[in-house]
Amino acid sequence: MADFEIRDLRASVEGKEILKGVTLAINKGEVHAVMGPNGSGKSTLSHTLMGHPGYTVDGGEVVFKGKNVLALQPDERARLGMFLAFQYPVVVPGISMTNFLRTALNAKRGYDGKDKSKQISPKEFRSMLKGELEVLHMDDSFLPRYINDGFSGGEKKRAEILQMAMLKPEIAILDETDSGLDIDSIKFVAEAVNRMRGPELGVLIITHYTRILEFIKPDYVHVLVDGRFVLSGGPEVADRLEKTGYSEWGDVEDKPEEVA
Amino acid sequence: MATVPKQVDVGTDYKEKYGFFVPEEYVFKAKRGLNPEIVKEISWMKKEPEWMTKMRLRSLEIFRKKPMPTWGADLSVIDFENIFYYLKASDKQSKTWEELPPDIKKTYDRLGVPEAERKFLAGVSAQYESEVVYHSLHEELSKKGVIFTDTDSALRDHPELFKEYFGTVIPPADNKFAALNTAVWSGGSFIYVPKGVHVEIPLQAYFRINAENMGQFERTLIICDEGSFVHYIEGCTAPIYTTDSLHSAVVEIIVKKDARCRYTTIQNWSTNVFNLVTKRALAYADATMEWVDGNLGSQITMKYPSVYLMEPGAKGDVLSVAFAGKGQHQDAGGKMIHVAPNTTSTITSKSISKGGGRTSYRGHIKMYPDAKNSKSFVKCDALLLDDESRSDTYPYNDVDAENVTLGHEATVSKVSDEQLFYLMSRGITRNEAETMIVNGFIEPFTKELPLEYAVELNRLIQLEMEGSVG
Repeated sequence: MADFEIRDLRASVEGKEILKGVTLAINKGEVHAVMGPNGSGKSTLSHTLMGHPGYTVDGGEVVFKGKNVLALQPDERARLGMFLAFQYPVVVPGISMTNFLRTALNAKRGYDGKDKSKQISPKEFRSMLKGELEVLHMDDSFLPRYINDGFSGGEKKRAEILQMAMLKPEIAILDETDSGLDIDSIKFVAEAVNRMRGPELGVLIITHYTRILEFIKPDYVHVLVDGRFVLSGGPEVADRLEKTGYSEWGDVEDKPEEVA
Repeated sequence: MATVPKQVDVGTDYKEKYGFFVPEEYVFKAKRGLNPEIVKEISWMKKEPEWMTKMRLRSLEIFRKKPMPTWGADLSVIDFENIFYYLKASDKQSKTWEELPPDIKKTYDRLGVPEAERKFLAGVSAQYESEVVYHSLHEELSKKGVIFTDTDSALRDHPELFKEYFGTVIPPADNKFAALNTAVWSGGSFIYVPKGVHVEIPLQAYFRINAENMGQFERTLIICDEGSFVHYIEGCTAPIYTTDSLHSAVVEIIVKKDARCRYTTIQNWSTNVFNLVTKRALAYADATMEWVDGNLGSQITMKYPSVYLMEPGAKGDVLSVAFAGKGQHQDAGGKMIHVAPNTTSTITSKSISKGGGRTSYRGHIKMYPDAKNSKSFVKCDALLLDDESRSDTYPYNDVDAENVTLGHEATVSKVSDEQLFYLMSRGITRNEAETMIVNGFIEPFTKELPLEYAVELNRLIQLEMEGSVG
């Protein structure tokens, strides 16, 4: 049995069936890419896996560490070791990124405001943050700013990656992390993810375009069309899509173009 | 007499920290109800000069004649005949902490007054019941001529200064509750800052109601002479009792030429208190008056700090936060009265409603014909935490001047699913995520507070949020 198993997952949004039975097994140490055209169910997959309240699970299960995570709240899934890098990170005014990172780390350690021994010390937090910023070649100028408030597209994605580095998940889902990014930012994100790759991390990259896969070499590529996987294989699947697009699976409106 | 407190569900930590009560032991206790005899007795007890006794009696008549205001929150349940209008908690004033009577000391120990004092207080004037019992003032301030005392002592010790300003900013006939306060006032703070003196450390006072059916009618008077600066902080908490309490204060402030005054309040009365307060400042040439006003507790609050911009260049600011939980109505806002040219004002109001609570922003901007080239900007943001809660905005603008700028911006928002999902996806619980969003919402207010108060406010919000989130 794999470390993270999606079994026949079916989900809908506002009564409309989107995922029609998705099955996927991810082991730690592996990088999987899910590719698909617009409307194929990519963002439904990422949101359903993390437990967004706007998505309804119609069937199937997702098993991680012996639990069906579909029965858990988003925060419980995160504390279990899942992470979602958002396509559109959300603005929360009045809370600094530093405060946010500290609160999230404390939550992960099971600190609920009572047992102080579980709380990360200011010193430990600062040195950890400093270390991750160095590894990611990031400056700390955005730390005092409010969560994603006034961040450029590139800054938002860098901040997502920093959160991932700090929280050290075992299963990370990157939702269209490359969309809307210039090539430098894509390279930055890819390098950071490559550095985090290792036997303790399983990665699921969800993307429309093949570009990011030039920098993060996936072990497996799955093509999602109309809520189902129509093709799974090794990195060669991405090469094939690069040439032919999604047209071979029928009336889909676009092909994977390079980002502007 | 003994009273039995009935506990109200506001979260266990709250009760432990703020809801305790100390058995009452009073030297003197007035009778319930309101009549000229009681008013005379109060004045006699305090050995006041005749002019004050007369002013009290005149104010009582005004109070009797004025109808109950009906334009705001519902006040019809207040029974004026069932309230104690004066209590004296101890016979003598204490200058040091050690001299305080033990039960009073216990109350303040749990409020952490001495600790706060050790940290950065210049002076403490902690009001227990109707009388200030503890008082100290930093020697350096005394040397500079700063007067920081309770209002009763000020009447006795600084009679001329007192008579010159008392009742000039808010006359008894201003409104029904100002009249009531003038008739039965007791305690409060008196501050005089001489010309050019900057008081660098905030002056603080703690107020606390601790008797069943007791009204608290403190009276505060602050005079900032030319070019001076003072920051006064008032923090309120109260134990929980079964019957309604009335808190009706009057705060008068005079800010002379080039002076600046900041008045910060964090009000956290228990949820059976009617909090009806009149706060007003007069700002003269190039003077600045800032009201920083946080309202968390009480059943009903009606409070609209105001600034009369009397001379050119005067500036007024109101920054307020209101939190209304179940059964609470926070009717708050601000008033800016532009009398002179080139005056500016801003009102920033943030309100949070939860569990069926109700917040109202009520504001008045008035520009008289002489107020040419004046500017005013009002911003009110309301955050609703659920569908049962309510928020309203009542802005009144009255412009008779030419060449003025008047801006008004209002938003109503809800805690969004997207924000909650984002924070929760990082492992943060729903309750903590909601608390973060609320604390983030009021951050423009919190960052204006001294650190200790900011921490306490965030903690209070956390306790409020823990109350009924399922």
